[in-house]
Amino acid sequence: MNDMRIVKRDVDMNDIKISAKDVQVYYGDTHAIKDVNVEIKDKTVTAFIGPSGCGKSTFLRCLNRMNDTIDICRVTGKIEIEGEDIYDKRVDPVQLRAKVGMVFQKPNPFPKSIYDNIAYGPRIHGLARSKADLDDIVEKSLRRGAIWNEVKDRLHAPGTGLSGGQQQRLCIARAIATEPEVLLMDEPCSALDPIATAQVEELIDELRENFSVVIVTHSMQQAARVSQKTAFFHLGNLVEYGETGQIFTNPQDPRTESYITGRIG
Amino acid sequence: MSDHPTSPSSFPSNPSGAAKNSLLKLDARTKKRNASEARFKAYGVGAIALGLFFLVALLTSIIGNGTPAFKQTFITIPIELTESKLDKSGVRDIDVMKKVTTFGYKPLVQSALVASLQEHGIENPFKKAADLGKLLSSSAPAQVRDVVLANPELIGQTIEFRLLAGSRVDGYFKGRVDRDALARDKNLDAEHLDIADAMVTAGLIDTKFNADFIFGADASESRPEQAGIGVSMVGSLFMMIVVLCLALPIGVAASIYLEEFAPQNKWTDLIEVNISNLAAVPSIVFGILGLAVFIQFAHLPQSAPLVGGLVLTLMTLPTIIISTRASLKAVPPSIRDAALGIGASKMQSVFHHVLPLAMPGILTGTIIGLAQALGETAPLLLIGMVGFIASNMPDGIASGFLDPNSAMPAQIYEWAKRADPAYYERAWGGIIILLGFLMTMNIIAVILRRRFERRW
Repeated sequence: MNDMRIVKRDVDMNDIKISAKDVQVYYGDTHAIKDVNVEIKDKTVTAFIGPSGCGKSTFLRCLNRMNDTIDICRVTGKIEIEGEDIYDKRVDPVQLRAKVGMVFQKPNPFPKSIYDNIAYGPRIHGLARSKADLDDIVEKSLRRGAIWNEVKDRLHAPGTGLSGGQQQRLCIARAIATEPEVLLMDEPCSALDPIATAQVEELIDELRENFSVVIVTHSMQQAARVSQKTAFFHLGNLVEYGETGQIFTNPQDPRTESYITGRIG
Repeated sequence: MSDHPTSPSSFPSNPSGAAKNSLLKLDARTKKRNASEARFKAYGVGAIALGLFFLVALLTSIIGNGTPAFKQTFITIPIELTESKLDKSGVRDIDVMKKVTTFGYKPLVQSALVASLQEHGIENPFKKAADLGKLLSSSAPAQVRDVVLANPELIGQTIEFRLLAGSRVDGYFKGRVDRDALARDKNLDAEHLDIADAMVTAGLIDTKFNADFIFGADASESRPEQAGIGVSMVGSLFMMIVVLCLALPIGVAASIYLEEFAPQNKWTDLIEVNISNLAAVPSIVFGILGLAVFIQFAHLPQSAPLVGGLVLTLMTLPTIIISTRASLKAVPPSIRDAALGIGASKMQSVFHHVLPLAMPGILTGTIIGLAQALGETAPLLLIGMVGFIASNMPDGIASGFLDPNSAMPAQIYEWAKRADPAYYERAWGGIIILLGFLMTMNIIAVILRRRFERRW
C-alpha cells in the first residue's frame, strides 16, 4: 500500500500496545479491510475516522475478536497485543476480551441493577474475593466512569432506567471494571446529546491515564478533541495514520484532505 | 384496492377548480379511501362478533349439558348388616369376609330398601325386592361391601348408607328421562318413578353435588352413575409430568444450540425446515410412531402414561422449539455483545443474559405446548389409552407411570361413544373439567409471563 504514510514518531517500540500487520477482513466475498498496518500506542487515545462503511468499526472489532461471532467473517494477517498474536490458535477470545474491553455504539446495559451491571464482569473473571472487594470494585469503576455521584444512592435500581448518557457511562464503567488494558469504543457518543457527549469525552480523556483507548467516531471534531493519534480509513484502506494535529492541519494524502474538508464522505 | 384511481384520466386534471384546494370539502379520493377503511373495520368487528357468538354458544352448550354430571341422585337408607350373612364365622377375618361377594350383599340392600319404604308408608307395588332394587345403582351392593370390609366392626349394626340411585332415576330428576321413554325401557317402570317421587317427599332421595365424578374412577358401560374422571385425570397428570420433564429441557437445549451456537449452513437449514414441518404433522402420526417404537420395538407397557407422555413429548417438542427460538431471537443482539464484550463466554452470555430475557416466551410456549398435549386424543388411540376402563387409582409413582391408565380427553371420547345417554352427560361434564385445566394452565402462563417480563 503506497498511500499509507506512518509519520515518524519519537517513541520506542516498547510503547506499542497493539500492532496490526497486513490485516485483511472478508465478509463472505466482500473484502472489507485491505492490508491494514497500524501500531497503536499505550496510554493514548487513538481515533479511527472515515466515511460510513469504510471499515473502521470492522477493524475495531478485530482487535478483540468480536468479529468471531459473525459466521461469514474471515480475518487474516497478524494482530499483536504486546507481541502476542491474538489470532493465534491457542488464544481464547474470551480471555482476550477480558483484556480488551469494548463499549458499543448504543448504550446496552444489562436489564439488571446498576450494581449487577458493573459487578458482572469481575464476578465471571473472579476478580473479587469477597463481597466487600466487589463493592470496592463497583465503586471504583463507577467513579472512574464519572457516574458514581449520580447513581450512588440507587445502585440497586435497574441500569436501564438511566438516561442515555448515564447508560453509556455505565457501560464504560462496566467495561473498565474488569481491568482491561485496552478499551475499544465504537462510536460511543452517537446516541447521546451534546452534554452527555461532553461528559463522555471528558471521561475518555481521563481514561487515557490507565488505558490505551481506541475510539471510532463519525465526528471529526470529536476525534480532534479527544485523540492524540488519528487513523483515516477509506473504502477498507487505512489511508493515513498519524498525530491528530498533523492529520487535521496538514494531511499528507489528498483523500484525507478531501474528507476533512468535507468533499468526500 | 379501491383507493387506487380506476382510470388514469381522473388523476391529472380536476375540473372543479374552485373546490380544488379546500380542506373543508372531502375530495372523491379521500371519500373512497375513508369508505374502504370503514368497510374494513366493519369486517373486523363482524369477524370478532361472529367469533364471540360461537364462543358463547359453545360455552353455554357445554355448561348446560355438562353441569348435571356434577350432581348425582342418592338414596339414603338404613341397612342392617346381618352377621349371619356377611360373616358366618364371626371372627371378623377380612380374608374370610372377602369370600362374601357383592351377590351376598345384594339381598341385604334390596330388603333394606323395601323395609324403609314400608317404614315411610310408601306404597310398593312390586312383589319382588329385586324389581324394586332397580331404583338403586347396581354398584350399591359393592358400595356397602367396601364399607363393611373397611370397618368389620360395623357388622351386626344398622347403618345408614347413602347409595347411588340408578342412572335412570338420576336422569328422571335431571330431566333426562321421562315417563314416555320408560315405556320402551325394560329396566324401569313408571311405578318406580312414582316411588322415587314419594321417596323425595320422604327425604330418602336427594340430588347433591357429586365429588366422585371429579375424583372417582371410570365404571363399566352399565353403571354410568358411578363413573368419574379422577383416575384418568391422574393418568393425564403423569403424562404431563413426562412431557414437562422431557420436552422442556430437550426443546430448550435444542433451540439454544440452534439459535446461539450452531453455524448457519445447509444442515441447520434442513433441521430448521424439518422442525417447522414436524409441528404440522397430524398427531395420529405421532401415535403410530409411538406404537411402533415404544411399544412394539422397545416393549414398553401398553396404555401406560409413560408411553403416552413420550408420544406427546414428540408432539410438543416442535411447538416448544419454535417458540423458544422465536423468543431467543427477540432478545436484542446488543445484550449478547455487551456480555461478550466484557469477556463472558458464549455460554455465560446465553445463560446469564439471553435466557432470562427469553424466559417469558419460553414458558408461554411450553405451557401452550403442554395444554395442547393435555387435550390430545388421537395419538393415545393408537397406544391403547382410549377404551381402557380406568377403574383403579395407581398404587404409587412407578405404577402411575407404568400401569395402564386413561387420560382425560381419551376418557371423554370413550364416554361420548357409549350408548347410555347418561354417559353423554358425563362426557360434557368431563369437557368442563378439561377446559378448567386448560384455563388454569393458560392463567399460569400469563402470570409467569408477567412475573418474568423485564423491560430494557
